[in-house]
Amino acid sequence: MKILVPVKRVVDYNVKIRVKPDGSGVDTANVKMSMNPFDEIAVEEAIRLKEAGVASEVIVVSCGVAQCQETLRAAMAMGADRGILVQTDVELQPLAVAKLLKAVVEKEQPGLVIAGKQAIDDDANQTGQMLAALLGWPQATFASKVVIADGKAVVTREVDGGLETLELPLPAVITTDLRLNEPRFATLPNIMKAKKKPIDTLTPEALGVDVTPRLVTLKVEEPPKRKAGVMVGSVDELVEKLRNEAKVI
Amino acid sequence: MKILVIAEHDNQKLAPATAHALGAAKALGAAADVLVAGHGCRAVAEQAAKLEGVARVLLADSPALADLTAEALAAQALKIAKEYTHILVPATAFGKNVAPRIAALLDVAQISDIVKVIDADTFVRPIYAGNALATVRSSDPIKVITVRGTAFDAVADGGNAPIETIEAIAEPGPTKVVGREVTKSARPELTNARVIVSGGRGLGSAEKFHELLEPLADKLGAAIGASRAAVDAGYAPNDYQVGQTGKIVAPELYVAIGISGAIQHLAGMKDSKVIVAINKDPEAPIFQVADYGLVADLFQAVPELTQKL
Ligand SMILES: Cc1cc2nc3c(=O)[nH]c(=O)nc-3n(C[C@H](O)[C@H](O)[C@H](O)COP(=O)(O)OP(=O)(O)OC[C@H]3O[C@@H](n4cnc5c(N)ncnc54)[C@H](O)[C@@H]3O)c2cc1C
Ligand SMILES: Cc1cc2nc3c(=O)[nH]c(=O)nc-3n(C[C@H](O)[C@H](O)[C@H](O)COP(=O)(O)OP(=O)(O)OC[C@H]3O[C@@H](n4cnc5c(N)ncnc54)[C@H](O)[C@@H]3O)c2cc1C
Repeated sequence: MKILVPVKRVVDYNVKIRVKPDGSGVDTANVKMSMNPFDEIAVEEAIRLKEAGVASEVIVVSCGVAQCQETLRAAMAMGADRGILVQTDVELQPLAVAKLLKAVVEKEQPGLVIAGKQAIDDDANQTGQMLAALLGWPQATFASKVVIADGKAVVTREVDGGLETLELPLPAVITTDLRLNEPRFATLPNIMKAKKKPIDTLTPEALGVDVTPRLVTLKVEEPPKRKAGVMVGSVDELVEKLRNEAKVI
Repeated sequence: MKILVIAEHDNQKLAPATAHALGAAKALGAAADVLVAGHGCRAVAEQAAKLEGVARVLLADSPALADLTAEALAAQALKIAKEYTHILVPATAFGKNVAPRIAALLDVAQISDIVKVIDADTFVRPIYAGNALATVRSSDPIKVITVRGTAFDAVADGGNAPIETIEAIAEPGPTKVVGREVTKSARPELTNARVIVSGGRGLGSAEKFHELLEPLADKLGAAIGASRAAVDAGYAPNDYQVGQTGKIVAPELYVAIGISGAIQHLAGMKDSKVIVAINKDPEAPIFQVADYGLVADLFQAVPELTQKL
């Protein structure tokens, strides 16, 4: 069974982003870009399934600008076998990404897709679910445990009230939550090896997908700043302020 | 404009997040139909009918919907979705699971986690862990939207909407629920609590987490939250996590104890009305958002605080 893992290039989670003064967006020039952390978890899970003999091949796909190749290389340095870049300069929204991934799935016929639950830039939390819908596949989102056996996936999900366990037939789409695993670091020899692994480049046109954005961003602003607070010197002072100034207790 | 709100529930009780989604419908300026899809869930429909701003409650009751899976709920919603211009779902684990599936089947974009309605097509939503707010306009005929509960007041009780039974799907779909582990707690639900006491890695162990925070939370009538580091370390269950990838909360009072204030954590709580931080490191970023900061060893300060309240 092949496993397909979509990986997104995003602003590194440690970067404090800045809104452009003209309100047109977030400044992403000259900031560190990395693989979306949830996607690292997805790649790790796929590699573990391959190491356990459940999967035969791990294919990583990234949709976006040419530099997404770096993200694919990073995933291959972790252990993915090959990469697919769907290259475009168009701003991709989740529905468009899901359609591109559907086209790739139809070409590659994986038995499982493992995506991140959300990308930490746009925080949309949509793509995996949309892909499952378009393919007519079952889905298990926010996974904290995955067991694959007998053509089925048993997935424990982190939900608002606690945990829920689903059983779904393959092929299926799973999206990862933080506690699914701890992704490995790529070793230097593996980084070197990854440079030789193949990347296929496709385009939305070649896949016959219309990626025109459905949402137009009119402006991007900074959120309102909180008023500067005060430091208190003791627990007594804290209690006094909460009672008499903030009046919340 | 015709609005459909998809009710979140467990076949017995309507989740409060639904009333917040109705708050967003109110901001759009119209009464909404509420879809209650499940099995043996008439009581839920009755609760929904009592909410303000509800035009009709549409009850779809079928064994095929008993597990409330995304596949079944999306199939049910699709039966009526095209009659509407706006489909609103709470931005909770429930809503995030099902809404994109509905949007994709309608071939429309989903607008995630809105915090403000500008007009029928234009919405504000946070991106980059709330460090930026994007105003987006949708050109789709149907807008599928998830609603951030903390940004819209819940509608009040006082309605008396009719309940109409609609044709329910017959096929449950391929996914089965084989287990549920519900965190039991007598405390208020995190996203609805007036006061939250939240603990981080600074607590050092699960024992201390509970030993220090429970009595304080008892005194304040508070819910208990946690940072990711505290959840990862096993001090608290996963559904306590506050943050970009956990729950978004905005209580009257948020007390952060032994939490450094990473952006991912701040994303989940910085809209709280009053923030208190207790941390031994004066440089901890949490102090930048705190209204009241106390530099202290939490193992002394917290019991003292509990005692003095
Ligand atoms: C104001 C603004 C301006 C933007 N401008 C641009 C721009 O100029 N150019 C641009 O390219 N983007 C731009 N974006 C980002 C673009 O809108 C998002 O990539 C898109 O909305 C997808 O959302 P998401 O990644 O949050 O989806 P989610 O649904 O949160 O993603 C979930 C998962 O889907 C998979 N996935 C998502 N996207 C990809 C991908 N591209 N390739 C492979 N796997 C993927 C990953 O597994 C990911 O973990 C902009 C966003 C905003 C808010
Ligand atoms: C993709 C991604 C998503 C994430 N999502 C979330 C999220 O949703 N929620 C979240 O919380 N985090 C999230 N994180 C993790 C986040 O980056 C931080 O790692 C985490 O919030 C740190 O938790 P903490 O503050 O408890 O721990 P630490 O950063 O280790 O802070 C512990 C604090 O306790 C203080 N302390 C220690 N001992 C004492 C004492 N005796 N008395 C007083 N103070 C003391 C220390 O000074 C320190 O400031 C995410 C990270 C990533 C990469």
